[in-house]
Amino acid sequence: MRYTLLLHYAEESPDTIGDDVIAEGMRRMSAYAATLHAAGVLVAAEVLQPTDVATTVRRSGDALHVQDGPFVDTKEQLGGTIVIDVPDLDAALDWAGQAPALDWGGAVEIRPGATHTVDGVWTANA
Amino acid sequence: MDGERLNRANADAAHTAAAHAARESYGRLVAVLAAGNGDLALAEDALADAFTTALERWPVAGVPHNPEGWLITVARNRQRDVWKSSATRTTVPLGDDLDTGLAAASAGLDPFDGIDPLRIPDRRLELCFACAHPAIDPAVRTPLILQAVLGFDAAQIAEAYAVPAATMAQRLVRAKRRIARARIPFIVPDRRVMPERLPAVLEAVYGCAAITWRDDADSLAGEARYLAVTLAGLLEREPEAWALAALVTLSLARPRTGPYVPLDEQDPALWDAASIDEGEAHLRRAAALRSDPSTAPGRFELEAAIQAVHLERRRTDAIDWAALRQLYTALVRVAPSLGSRVALAAVIGRTDVAAAGLAALPPGGDAFQPWWATRADLLVRAGRPMEAVAAYDRAIELSREPEVRAFLQQRRDAAASRTGHSDGRDDS
Repeated sequence: MRYTLLLHYAEESPDTIGDDVIAEGMRRMSAYAATLHAAGVLVAAEVLQPTDVATTVRRSGDALHVQDGPFVDTKEQLGGTIVIDVPDLDAALDWAGQAPALDWGGAVEIRPGATHTVDGVWTANA
Repeated sequence: MDGERLNRANADAAHTAAAHAARESYGRLVAVLAAGNGDLALAEDALADAFTTALERWPVAGVPHNPEGWLITVARNRQRDVWKSSATRTTVPLGDDLDTGLAAASAGLDPFDGIDPLRIPDRRLELCFACAHPAIDPAVRTPLILQAVLGFDAAQIAEAYAVPAATMAQRLVRAKRRIARARIPFIVPDRRVMPERLPAVLEAVYGCAAITWRDDADSLAGEARYLAVTLAGLLEREPEAWALAALVTLSLARPRTGPYVPLDEQDPALWDAASIDEGEAHLRRAAALRSDPSTAPGRFELEAAIQAVHLERRRTDAIDWAALRQLYTALVRVAPSLGSRVALAAVIGRTDVAAAGLAALPPGGDAFQPWWATRADLLVRAGRPMEAVAAYDRAIELSREPEVRAFLQQRRDAAASRTGHSDGRDDS
């Protein structure tokens, strides 16, 4: 069963919290990914750039509206996603509970996957 | 004629057998059927189909040797039909003892005789943990257990909660979909997670007892007690599970129908001695299981002990208020709810002067019926009947049960008569 962990936390930069804290955060994320990988549950992980470089598009009628900024502007933003493959929600909860984002005042939303592509073909989650 | 009578007798026997199987084993069968893939709704549908089929076939073919085995086999076939026809064709692991038993039995004469009812695994505990999982809305955990484990339908549960049947049905459907789709596991948590998961299960089962308390012992309330005791037995060594079994059993020892009488004024002759004995035995077991006797007893153990002190009156003919004060003080420490603090104030009003009880009433009770009922009683004891009448009025306003309202009205009138002017009533 695949679950996507949506990591939400306040966006920080070296300017706001300093280089050392940023470096420590990166180190913790590396360690987290390494742990998931070693346990054989990691499918994919991605950390996103801050929302000040996000671009959002919408269509209204025939016109495409391109806007700078994120889909929703909130204090905590989606900062990264991790896809894991584990037997059930308890296992997913276990891994989510170890996410560094939780120590940064953030939250992890656990979403069971519905379908994903394998070699370009949609495949149901099992 | 004889044939007709025989048919009727068969039909009656079939009905009795099906009703018995339904009551005795609903939760066990649902738990086993749902454990494979977590689809609670499908398990319930399949079992309902099996019961319907039973009521058609048993009157004609006779009640099978092993009704539970028969029901579970028919329900499993129904599940398989649905899985086969489903577009996703997911593979569902069915491999437990039962399937092996079924395969072996299919070669025999009566396929259902191959299933030993004692070997149908008991997965009710797993089912309870799924229903009270932290990912399930706390408000729907008790209704879910009432339905999935105890077999009540949405309409009955809706009535107990005083909400429309359709609303309750929808909440239950959503929760079951969540269990299946998020894959909430049907497992008993290991030692590591147990301490954080067990309280929610006990709380939900306690809710089953609380919501059904006013029903007569043979029906809803009896089922809730049965579940609490079963849960304790399945968990074996959890003190709070035994304490909950004790609390529910002791609560049911008192008459729950007819006019409302406060516990300390009830006639002990009306209490069910066998239930009290059983409840006390569960309570002793809970206390003995606490690994270190110096460990503080939990919330349910304290609540059960409070019940036991009251029920002790059947032997001593007196209430040990000092013991109650000690227990409520501990309860407020472990579970500092408004209810426990109000109860402590009531007891302080007995061990100390009534004014001390009034002073101990916690703030924030404005919309809480027990707060006003307790305040009213303490005011009467403190010799302040005028204020007591006003407090009784507010308590009556906040009471849902007609029996409780009638009781409070009676007390209110008694207080009013002491003020000298009782709303124009002539009480000469």
